[in-house]
Amino acid sequence: MPEQNSTTTTLGELASLVRSKNAGPFWVTFDVMFDTDDDFQRVVDSQLINREWVASTWQIARDEIVLVELKAARAIKFSFPRQQVQGDPGESDQYSGQQYAPLLALCIA
Amino acid sequence: MTKCVDGIRVFAPTGALGMGFLDESLARAVQMKPDVIACDAGSTDSGPHYLGAAKPKMSEQAIRRDMGRLLKARDSLKVPLIIGSCGTSGTDTGVDWMRDITLALATENNLTFKLGLAYCEQSSDQVAKWMLDSKIQALPGAPATNSDDAASCTHIVAMMGAEAIQHLLEQDCDVILAGRTTDTALFAALPLMRGLPPGPVWHCAKTIECGAVCSTKMRADGLMADIDASGFEVEPTALDAGCTPLGVASHTLYENADPIYITEPSGVLDTGNAQYLAINERRTRVTGSGFEHKPYSIKLEGAAPLGYQTVAVGGIRDPYILRQLEPWTAEMMEAFELRVAELTPYTLGDEVRIDISYYGRDAVMLSGETEADKVNHENGILIVVTAPEQETANTVARFVTHAASHWPIPEWKGFISGIAFPFSPPEIDRGMAYRFVLHHVVTDISPLELFRFKTLEVKNA
Repeated sequence: MPEQNSTTTTLGELASLVRSKNAGPFWVTFDVMFDTDDDFQRVVDSQLINREWVASTWQIARDEIVLVELKAARAIKFSFPRQQVQGDPGESDQYSGQQYAPLLALCIA
Repeated sequence: MTKCVDGIRVFAPTGALGMGFLDESLARAVQMKPDVIACDAGSTDSGPHYLGAAKPKMSEQAIRRDMGRLLKARDSLKVPLIIGSCGTSGTDTGVDWMRDITLALATENNLTFKLGLAYCEQSSDQVAKWMLDSKIQALPGAPATNSDDAASCTHIVAMMGAEAIQHLLEQDCDVILAGRTTDTALFAALPLMRGLPPGPVWHCAKTIECGAVCSTKMRADGLMADIDASGFEVEPTALDAGCTPLGVASHTLYENADPIYITEPSGVLDTGNAQYLAINERRTRVTGSGFEHKPYSIKLEGAAPLGYQTVAVGGIRDPYILRQLEPWTAEMMEAFELRVAELTPYTLGDEVRIDISYYGRDAVMLSGETEADKVNHENGILIVVTAPEQETANTVARFVTHAASHWPIPEWKGFISGIAFPFSPPEIDRGMAYRFVLHHVVTDISPLELFRFKTLEVKNA
């Protein structure tokens, strides 16, 4: 792999669970969880999951994002209002269960 | 484990009534002598259909199997059995459906108990009046609404808190079937009545509301919790599973926009200072949970008809079509607009909608797709027609499927067949579709005034 640091990995490989889920009909929430405190801290320290990145990736306003790092759960969690209400015309994902894919390729140093 | 003398033991048999649980877990739970058994039977999680149509998500067979076993367990323990959000959405129809199943099971199993029923449906007139009086506000993310929107709802439920359940417990009800209720209120009602502090009670209720999902075996099964004056302890009823500090802490994340502050009708649970401690490999203790009382507020949920739908699914493999999906679709949509006007009294984009999406091409994440417009070797096609009548939706869908499958591309001279349809006919009528309209809170309200209660002595010799 050219130019890639051998210790670099993707969030998909590092996390024990990455998921998205509806949180009521108007919100979607994302959970990123880890097996070890070190893995959790490594991703927190990378500061890659931040409001700016979430806002630009899912095309939403920065101030609508709730983002928390929960050490007791070894989890990073963020939530924002759905682009449209669950079940409205054109709905593609009632449970918002398949909205997390952009997280997986994040490169963690 | 030995039960704390001052504490209350709460049994959550499964995450949702009808999802099932292990027989051996129930047997073990009965041996542990809980003070109350509680379980929810619903949610808005699965979308607006269940509220709009007042139909349950779980089958009657699944509900009967779980409820029969719980009624017998309750009978042997002589403790309250509390079921909330009956019939998935908690409509009055849902409570009556659950009541009929419960009465039939009581007769079959020769059970005697006092039944309490709590109804929570609200009239659209009442909701419109609240809107005029500015007594209700939209929850964050909910669309703006007016009294016409309220009037369009087929069903509106108001969400009960612990007080409504306590009202029936105070009347010595053994089995309580409630309409829409917060999941947590079902578990919190009895411990709060017995004087336990709200912080540990609500945090415990939040932890166990999905049953064993927060344990090391994420399956439909039970949890047992002991709540005391300073905290609570939780363990799974199945011996091959455990509740670890990490699993318990993680569960506050699930399906919650905010994992730290969790709103209940009577106030806000604060898990920010909670400490999670392993008692052993199967049991975790939680302390430091706080609860701040707030003026009482009650959540309203309402769903309204969206229109009748007919859908069709198919696939496309021709690379020449796949590389020009957007113009191909745009062209045919122009023709569909004329055809809708010819065949129906309606206008496309107004009373009639045609939504076409291509699986494999931005169909799941829509405008949020980070790998948009990628051309794949194959795409699925989903056609959704929405119209005021089922017949109209079907009529429109029938020409859409036909015309789409033969819609030309410049590369081919002659009549093409561009969509692989797996079914004959390709059109599937889906019935009425609904949308969420109300997701509001009513303020300046007392805990019981919106709800109606009935009790019934169920006697089988």
